[in-house]
Amino acid sequence: MAEITRDDVAHLAQLARIEMSAEELDRMAGELAHIVDAVKSVSEVAGPDVPATSHPIALSNVFREDVVGHVLTPEEALSGAPDAEDSRFKVPAILDEE
Amino acid sequence: MADQILSFDEAMEQFDPVLGFEVHVELNTKTKMFSSAPNAFGDDPNTNVNEVDLGMPGVLPVVNKAAVESSIKIGLALNCEIAESCRFARKNYFYPDTPKNFQTSQYDEPIAHDGWIDIELEDGEVFRVEIERAHMEEDAGKLTHMGGATGRIQGADYSLVDYNRAGVPLVEIVTKPIVGAGRRAPELARAYVSAIREIVKNLGVSDARMERGNVRCDANVSLMPKGADKFGIRSETKNVNSLRSVEHAVRFEIQRHAAVLAAGEKVTQETRHWHEDTRTTTAGRPKSDADDYRYFPEPDLVPLVATREWVESLRAQLPEPPAERRKRLKTAWGYSDPEFRDVVNAGVMDAIEETIAAGATPAAARKWWMGEIVGRAKVADVDPADLGVSPEAIVELNGLVEGGKLNNKMAGQVLDGVIAGEGTPTQVMESRGLVLVSDDGPLLEAIDAALAAQPDVADKIRGGKVQAVGAIVGGVMKATRGQADAGRVRELILEKLGVNA
Repeated sequence: MAEITRDDVAHLAQLARIEMSAEELDRMAGELAHIVDAVKSVSEVAGPDVPATSHPIALSNVFREDVVGHVLTPEEALSGAPDAEDSRFKVPAILDEE
Repeated sequence: MADQILSFDEAMEQFDPVLGFEVHVELNTKTKMFSSAPNAFGDDPNTNVNEVDLGMPGVLPVVNKAAVESSIKIGLALNCEIAESCRFARKNYFYPDTPKNFQTSQYDEPIAHDGWIDIELEDGEVFRVEIERAHMEEDAGKLTHMGGATGRIQGADYSLVDYNRAGVPLVEIVTKPIVGAGRRAPELARAYVSAIREIVKNLGVSDARMERGNVRCDANVSLMPKGADKFGIRSETKNVNSLRSVEHAVRFEIQRHAAVLAAGEKVTQETRHWHEDTRTTTAGRPKSDADDYRYFPEPDLVPLVATREWVESLRAQLPEPPAERRKRLKTAWGYSDPEFRDVVNAGVMDAIEETIAAGATPAAARKWWMGEIVGRAKVADVDPADLGVSPEAIVELNGLVEGGKLNNKMAGQVLDGVIAGEGTPTQVMESRGLVLVSDDGPLLEAIDAALAAQPDVADKIRGGKVQAVGAIVGGVMKATRGQADAGRVRELILEKLGVNA
């Protein structure tokens, strides 16, 4: 069984900006371990002859020509913003770092 | 609390510096890396964005082919291997300048890797810098911190975000650790960033204007005791965005690390912020959990395959490398080392090349640019090339001087007229009434008046003190408002006084 500690879960939750209670952390540690084990079984099936892949379809080089296309107006861009000022998105003060 | 520093000399007595650079180059494609919104500088906020740049749900990125080709060209110009196949990856972090909550970048498969570039220092010493990788990614939006006393992030009440820059194509060039630069490390840092800037500008893939953030540098510095071979702990000074600050930041960090190590303490591995006003750095955040970016392959983009034919067709488009071009021009023009260095440092090498192509001799082209135009540009605080003097105008002006129509002083006035937009040199000469007086009639009258005004000088000349003639020539030049041919005036005076020069 994979080793997923409560601290690992707390760390992941923090990275993902998800607030979790003490009980949730405990429960999730066990559940994540099961999930990791389940995914691990894939590597048992795939031998060294199967290359790692990041995309299910064998495509490459899907490009766009460098031609200006669709643009939003500032009003459209800001229409879903919780807050705006001077045609810019307004966000709370950023405290942790520059 | 201010950091302690050792003097640079003391630091160099005890330690060897190791450098590393991450230079971000903004490409000058028409559109963004993954969206068809315009890539443009200086437009009104949030006018160059679409759904992809704003990270809206359900959107799909599509790679800009021109940006890929520019990236390959940069890789080739840096003597890199171009990966036959590479992928994009997501770098995950939360920050309001990145609306998707990840930056699309490259991680373990950069498009270019294992290159090198020879950096020529000012005295001609060449230093090879090895390139670890050059990878493609996208720029972030621009934050403006509002409220608080300083406009800085500390103490700000809130921030405003403009996403025009979000998604602009970037190439990040990463060096291998640079050892052995010794006390020339700060100078090498400056020369390296300058060379990268010159290369991408020469390739035409970036506007390369540092003041606009087109080329941005993060400088890594560590020290190891002299003779050691194990690297020390490094600091990374972020966003050092002028050539001068790169040099100063590296020097400061060397001095700061030296003081920490000399006191028997450990350098903290952290990012540092550069302050141009005090020429110092201050601590940013320590490297920690915050750097857990959880890279994974970008599932919305397919791999990029650079075929040999494609790469070779791009290689065939590469212009002559700047360093080789300089060598070629210096030989062709026959300038001395210091003459050529001055020309390069004054930023008029291209202008001189164009002026020579327009018909001037290398010596004449240098005389006009270095002797006349550079000084005027300095006064006007613009680049010499932006002063509005065409190569053709210089050739014409030079011809007027060599043909005896203008003396040097008047030529300067004509040049001022050309710069002021009064027309071609000949037009300025006519409209300003600048005519060189070499017709003997008016000159003889002025000479008589000058001799009469200074009879004692006239006597001295008659007595054989030929060098005193300067005073009379001066009087004539004054009377003719500088429009006389001084050589002819001298001849006429001596003739008149019956003295053989």
